[in-house]
Amino acid sequence: MERVLLKNIENPNSAEIDEYLKAGGYRNVSKAFDMRPEDIIEEVKKSGLRGRGGAGFPTGMKWGFAIADPKFPKYLICNADEGEPGTFKDRPILERNPHLLIEGMIISAYALKAEYGYIYLRAEYPKAKEILDRAIRQAYERNYLGENILGRDVRFHLTVHQGAGAYICGEETALIDSLEGKRGQPRNKPPFPVNVGAWRMPTIVNNVETLANIPYIVEIGGEAYSKIGNPECPGPKLYCVSGHVNRPGVYELPMGTTLREIIYTHAGGIRNDKELKAVIPGGVSTPVLPASMIDCRMDFVSMPKAGSMLGSAAVIVMDETVCMVKVMHRIMKFFEHESCGKCTPCREGTGWLRRILESIEKGNGRPGDIELLRDISEDMMGKTFCPLGDGAAGALRGMLKHFEYEFEEHIAGRSRCKGG
Amino acid sequence: MARGMFSETAIKELEEIRRRYPDSRAALLPALHIAQREFGWLSDDVMRSVARLLNLTEAEVKGTASFYSMFRFRPMGRHIIQLCTNVSCMLLGAERLVDLLKDRYGLEPGGTTEDGRFSLVIMECIGACGTAPAMLVNSDFYDNLTEERIVEILERYK
Ligand SMILES: Cc1cc2nc3c(=O)[nH]c(=O)nc-3n(C[C@H](O)[C@H](O)[C@H](O)COP(=O)(O)O)c2cc1C
Repeated sequence: MERVLLKNIENPNSAEIDEYLKAGGYRNVSKAFDMRPEDIIEEVKKSGLRGRGGAGFPTGMKWGFAIADPKFPKYLICNADEGEPGTFKDRPILERNPHLLIEGMIISAYALKAEYGYIYLRAEYPKAKEILDRAIRQAYERNYLGENILGRDVRFHLTVHQGAGAYICGEETALIDSLEGKRGQPRNKPPFPVNVGAWRMPTIVNNVETLANIPYIVEIGGEAYSKIGNPECPGPKLYCVSGHVNRPGVYELPMGTTLREIIYTHAGGIRNDKELKAVIPGGVSTPVLPASMIDCRMDFVSMPKAGSMLGSAAVIVMDETVCMVKVMHRIMKFFEHESCGKCTPCREGTGWLRRILESIEKGNGRPGDIELLRDISEDMMGKTFCPLGDGAAGALRGMLKHFEYEFEEHIAGRSRCKGG
Repeated sequence: MARGMFSETAIKELEEIRRRYPDSRAALLPALHIAQREFGWLSDDVMRSVARLLNLTEAEVKGTASFYSMFRFRPMGRHIIQLCTNVSCMLLGAERLVDLLKDRYGLEPGGTTEDGRFSLVIMECIGACGTAPAMLVNSDFYDNLTEERIVEILERYK
């Protein structure tokens, strides 16, 4: 497959506007400006593009809601918070293909009649901040940003806004509060951001990778795009593979590639000739899968059938030496730390789960602990203010579904792990 | 506008940033980043100054700042080591690095060395999972860390 999102990133100067222009970049801005905004939204609907931030919401539908709201100004926000552990797919776009993202945002802003855009970037990526600031400056100099873009009476201003280390700010309503200069805690939905978002105005939040697909959709048309990969949720997809593989990294493949192909063909298989034990397919919020299930396809439609989720396509590969109790304990520590504290089931639940998991890992588990873990996660699932709590509970339930025996072994003192 | 303790460059930078948002509160996170860059950490005095610059109350500034884990509210070491220990880094040995920092520098997570050279902050994923384990030292990024490599790198920070 021809690479779309990671095109030319081997070029050491790929982040420079001249290199981007040389490779045909920004052509799709002119093409888009020759179309009517509503026709672009129509193409995006036809393309079948679904959001790459984790939830997989149809992008064209979201845009349709936003444009139907009569309020102005409208804001376009790029979600570059990339906080889901195991995820590093947006980073190569931000650091090595920033003009593709900017081009995608210009076209999107034109279609959505948004004149102001923000890239909400995690502070953990200081290099991306420098690169994006420079790329935006270049785009202003060449009149792809600013007033009267390309003499076509289009106006779009773009700013990089840095977060400050809070996973929850990846959740779109928490992100909006954070952008407004507040504590990043999720808002009630509805109203949805497309109607009442930043500064109470219609706001479109899309992931980096989602927006980076837009120029290509304009280029080849929604129809042709919809034929790439799984027709139920088409397009090129970035899979980021980490853990015990020979060639970890970000791979651009058609949506719906199997986990087996991703791990063995692209990421080079398991390191040190070990056996594969388990895979967390879409970041730590998604339920783990045992080695026996890696023939499932990595897309928004197939993964739920396998009992997990595509999430952010952060494939964390674990070999036979890994202790699942330890992994689960580390994951819950993450959720406890990142729970924003707004709602009780998440704030208290993640703390309780972490403490029980810690005691099991340290060899102090008691009979009944597994039931207790199940009970607490049941009390969280679907009862928290935002999906962070569901992620925490769901990850644990996945672990217990496939690896309960390891937790039992730890509690019975029969485990090979020494704990700690 | 009350200038407080900020340098002229910082004030100018902030004024320019302020114009990109519909209200001044939105410039709070950028202002706190600038403040932390200038002073190393956010003291009550610094936050009071930020409040005055943006026409906000001290409670608004402190209440917001305290939510975010990358803002610091006490003096830090000269160099801040931000080491990831989340799953992908853990699988490839991040815990050994934490132990090494303890043994070699007497550095505990959340702590600072006695000579004020290093502070250690444990991070929740810095997006370097494909080249784990990884860390930031100040804003310099290092990955594929081993016990030898981390010592070699840290020796460059005096
Ligand atoms: C706890 C939590 C964290 C999230 N983190 C991110 C993130 O880091 N990046 C992202 O793009 N979406 C993240 N999301 C999803 C966003 O809320 C939102 O669905 C997404 O930005 C929409 O863009 P898309 O439609 O292009 O996927 C997160 C959601 C939750 C509940």
